[in-house]
Amino acid sequence: MPFETTVRDFRSPLAVTTPGPGIPKASTGIRGFDEITGGGLPFGRTTLVVGAAGAGKTLFGLEFLVTGARQLGEPGVLVTFEESATKVSANAGSLGFDIDGLQAGHMLVVHAFQVEPSEIVNTGEFDFEPLFLLLADTIGRIGAKRVVLDTIEVLFGAFRDEPTVRAELSRLFRWLEEQGVTAIVTAERGEKELTRHGIEEYVSDCVVLLDHRVHEEISTRRLRVVKYRGSAHGTNEYPFLISPHGLVVLPITSMSLDYAASEERISTGMARLDHMLAGGLFRGSTVLVSGMAGTGKTTLGASLVDAACARGERALMVLFEESPDQFIRNMGSVGFDLRHWVGTGLLHVWAARPSALGSETHLAMLAQLIEDVQPSVAVLDGVVNGAFSADMGSLMGRKIDLLKSRGVTTLVTMLAHEDQSRELEVSALMDTWLLLRNVESNGERNRLLFVIKSRGTAHSNQVREFLLTDGGIDLIDVYVGPEGVSTGSARQAQEARQRDAGLQRGEDLVRRQRDLRRSIVEGEGRLNAMEDEIAGARAEIERIDTQELREMTDTAADRVAMSSRRWADPEPAHSGGQP
Amino acid sequence: MSGLGTAGANGLAQATPIGHWELRLYVTGRSPKCLLAVENLRRVCEQYLAGQYNIEVVDLLENPRLAAEDQILAVPTLVRKLPEPIRKIVGDLSDVDRLLVGLQLRSQKTGPV
Repeated sequence: MPFETTVRDFRSPLAVTTPGPGIPKASTGIRGFDEITGGGLPFGRTTLVVGAAGAGKTLFGLEFLVTGARQLGEPGVLVTFEESATKVSANAGSLGFDIDGLQAGHMLVVHAFQVEPSEIVNTGEFDFEPLFLLLADTIGRIGAKRVVLDTIEVLFGAFRDEPTVRAELSRLFRWLEEQGVTAIVTAERGEKELTRHGIEEYVSDCVVLLDHRVHEEISTRRLRVVKYRGSAHGTNEYPFLISPHGLVVLPITSMSLDYAASEERISTGMARLDHMLAGGLFRGSTVLVSGMAGTGKTTLGASLVDAACARGERALMVLFEESPDQFIRNMGSVGFDLRHWVGTGLLHVWAARPSALGSETHLAMLAQLIEDVQPSVAVLDGVVNGAFSADMGSLMGRKIDLLKSRGVTTLVTMLAHEDQSRELEVSALMDTWLLLRNVESNGERNRLLFVIKSRGTAHSNQVREFLLTDGGIDLIDVYVGPEGVSTGSARQAQEARQRDAGLQRGEDLVRRQRDLRRSIVEGEGRLNAMEDEIAGARAEIERIDTQELREMTDTAADRVAMSSRRWADPEPAHSGGQP
Repeated sequence: MSGLGTAGANGLAQATPIGHWELRLYVTGRSPKCLLAVENLRRVCEQYLAGQYNIEVVDLLENPRLAAEDQILAVPTLVRKLPEPIRKIVGDLSDVDRLLVGLQLRSQKTGPV
């Protein structure tokens, strides 16, 4: 359609940005990418894919071609300027792309040019007519609908005449559109401009940026649609992953809260716990199980998974800390025959160490797994253990978001920490929070289970003892004693301790009262005794008054009488000697 | 593919390298650049390699797939097949100095002729 092309080139930029939503798209087959672009790349146009070395540009192009050839019956042409044809086949083979087979079936042609700058000496004017001729020939021969040129900027280095290369590339892009093929041109990321040689100015329809960052030894890949003329598209940076089956772009960056809330309850596999939660978990809800090491978090997850498989539903178990074999064996020892469910294909166990993958990659892999397995129940075991970086919360949020948006009932276990700050952060995202706690008393270590919260559900505030037996999990009532520990979380324990302290104080007061009463009694006793004494004293005084004084008066009167009788001196003086 | 070229005339030229020169010039039809290249090449060969060279002109219009096989991205491209090693020289060969350096008929030094 040469006429259309010409017209578009001269239109004003404003007019071009709004041709309407219905422009035809060419599916890339890249999971997530077609979703964020509303169907893929602009059909019949050229898309620029920009990225540094190792960003995944080549694989992006390859997957686009292989999808066309394998699924859509659209043959493709790959022109590579960086790798040999055998290397292309080998690299593509690692993603399960059978390049050789597709070539044999005339669905794909690979032209590999190895451009050695040292070989080429420029002696005057030139053009890239051979490339045009070769492409025209190949497109005509196999009826190609898709073309990938990877990485075209190599030509700038090889043919040092930049103005000529620039003009020829511009001509090539126009020519590609005239052929009606959907094309991808890859280019190196530039420092100041988007691409090293600014070729984005020749590709106006669609520009995709691939980014590969390594931060603290964790690699993260992101994709962004920088420009997409005439089409709405997600503008965020989307994490993507190079998985064993090709690229996976994760079209989730924000929490959307428009989940359909189910009224259906599903069993946790523990009748008593279901009862505590007023009949089980809501289907599609999320549960956080936190607890210290060895409190039975994983076992609780296994119970949920086991129950799902027993109902004939598919379940996904993601292990962050142990191998599937180890997990299955351990769970077998408490009565869960998970190997059987793996055998029936209902249970998928995936062991992943997030630190080895990078958080974004990890998220992308999880997304792919959810797509593959289509589970009704998922357990992420130990999801936020280890290093807890600043964006871990948001990553966690996206994982939850991803699972919720797929209607997957999700149980997440995490290691409890002293300050509970992580649990609180994560629990805000969750519908239900179960806490498991070890309690040591009387020389034995017991596990206790608490329902801290459960949205939209009346739930028991009671504590249950959580017993791991050969036959699975038992929940039994616990005795809430004055020690207080068995009543739960730190706060609750504190309350219990306060209650204990109050009790102690009461006893003290009673004792003191008793003491005081006793001392009153004693005092009263003493008082009585003293009163008796006083009374005795008074009586004595009385007696003295009445008896002794009278006697004394009697004696004096006698003496007076006697002396008058004897005619004695009135009163003997001390100095006066005796006669 | 159409080989237009042939050998030069008399025995010894003043140029130092002795032996047979096998040259192949890739073109796309009769574009001005390509015609100019053929012309330039014949002139330089007569001057420096008289009697020791053979020129084969390959038209990629007739067989585009040769571009991939022979790794030719641009035209005109002159390939020195002999003496080895193979050298590739791109352009219409107007810059004779660079052409001579490229063919290793002259050691690398700058400045126009």
